[in-house]
Amino acid sequence: MESILTINNLTKKFGALTAVKDLSFTIKKGNVYGILGPNGSGKSTTLGIVLNVVNKTQGDFKWFDGTISTHNALKKVGAIIERPNFYPYMTAEQNLKLVCKIKGVAYSKIEEKLKIVGLEDRKNHKFSTYSLGMKQRLAIASALLNDPEILILDEPTNGLDPQGIHQIRQIIKDIAASGTTILLASHLLDEVEKVCSHVVVLRKGEKLYSGRVDEMISSHGFFELKADKQEDLIQLLESNTTFKNIKVENGLITAFLNAPMDATSFNKLMFEKGIILSHLVKRKESLEEQFLQLTDNLN
Amino acid sequence: MLRLLNLELQKLLLNKTSKVLIFVSFILPFTVLILSSIKINFFGFFTLELGELGIFNFPIIWHITTFFASQFKFFFAIVVVSMIGNEYSNKTIKQNLIDGLSKKEFILSKFYTIVFFSLIATVLIALASFFIGLYYSSYTEASIIFRETNFLIAYFVKLVGFFSLCLFFGMLVKRSAFALAFLFILYIFEYIVLGLITWQSNYELAEKIQNFFPLKSMYKLIDQPFQRIMMTKFPDKTDLAYDYAVHWYELAIVIGWIALFVFLSYKILKKRDL
Repeated sequence: MESILTINNLTKKFGALTAVKDLSFTIKKGNVYGILGPNGSGKSTTLGIVLNVVNKTQGDFKWFDGTISTHNALKKVGAIIERPNFYPYMTAEQNLKLVCKIKGVAYSKIEEKLKIVGLEDRKNHKFSTYSLGMKQRLAIASALLNDPEILILDEPTNGLDPQGIHQIRQIIKDIAASGTTILLASHLLDEVEKVCSHVVVLRKGEKLYSGRVDEMISSHGFFELKADKQEDLIQLLESNTTFKNIKVENGLITAFLNAPMDATSFNKLMFEKGIILSHLVKRKESLEEQFLQLTDNLN
Repeated sequence: MLRLLNLELQKLLLNKTSKVLIFVSFILPFTVLILSSIKINFFGFFTLELGELGIFNFPIIWHITTFFASQFKFFFAIVVVSMIGNEYSNKTIKQNLIDGLSKKEFILSKFYTIVFFSLIATVLIALASFFIGLYYSSYTEASIIFRETNFLIAYFVKLVGFFSLCLFFGMLVKRSAFALAFLFILYIFEYIVLGLITWQSNYELAEKIQNFFPLKSMYKLIDQPFQRIMMTKFPDKTDLAYDYAVHWYELAIVIGWIALFVFLSYKILKKRDL
């Protein structure tokens, strides 16, 4: 698969603080990537470096096949970092015209992209009169102007109200569905889980994991169980080597699997042992649980 | 180049404050010319008509108009520092770079705009002087009319020089008000150094050195014309004579500063994490 961005051993130091440490990963065309990490883990700094606004200390990165300069590559990229930055005294349309001039895109795109984010009615209003949600949607329209090869979003729902968050997420999902490569930086894990197929997990500027979301930790999932004969059930589970540990919380038993086992065969096994389950759910860890497990393992 | 100029002009002309300031910076120099061509009647005793004093004669008119017009460069200087300051306060500089403008293009778009406005200001003052001159001047032979038009070149270089200095201060401190304060500090600083050198050696040497400083070298391009007006009135007073011409080395010094300021602005932006 064609690679869009390759980062090799990238390091950024702010004085004594190392914000990004020896980071390497590759972004392939067509996938939706999430960069995960708590605040201050170096997400924005990494994006800042590849977007030409922060100077790297060491290492290198290349856009596409590495034959074009960074600023020309950025004309094929759409990016929003942190807050939407526009000229407050210009209208939405005028602001987008300016972006068209920078990127070398025809003005005819403006109308089309404003429609995608639902701002066509407000296009002649000044940017300073916009609400934060509208500003963020305008930023997305601006990033889409050049029909980018990759869309980079840094905390796109930060500071928005629930309705605004929902709108932005829907727009991102639609864009992802159209086949555009997306790189989404966020500390909101459910946000990433909903749209991303791949993740890069950072902590204190170091990479903990990069790869597919579902392969993040080697886990066979777990069962959530309830039964009338709870004592017998626990005893049975503890004697079975397929389960590594068992937790009981508010009458709900959580049994973690050591080896693969599906719900049907488990149910059958229980029935044979004379235990009738009143509740059986097989689940995999959510991204949040996986993330916490991954970061905990290294502590 | 046109793309970069076009980019910056959009940013400036859609902003009301800069639009007003640009307009004022073009218009104000002319009000002086208009005022000075008005006949002032002192209660019927006598009429003072500045036009008849000979100050609108060719070729001295080139010297006088460019000297007075350059006093109004401060208005456009405010536009220059605010066009940098606003990019920082709105963080649009960051967005411009992310959208695919290179740091070099960013500085160049500002510099081209400076050159563009200086050029317009020079052309306007040239046309105005030419027509006023034709109207008032006692000499209208082409050879006299076009003598000393190098004051126009000096005016142009002076404007570009001063605005490049503003550009550099704007990039350095990121805030318009502070950048203007820096201009004032530099002005005082140049005179303090002049004083120090005078104190250590003599005034002649001090002035020679001061002529290399940014603000003084720009001022030196067009010397004050008052002494020259006096000279024309009293041609036998030889002690009034002074060197008011535009010299190539004066131009060279200022062009050197322009190159340095633009280069340093670029270096600052290149090194900075936004």
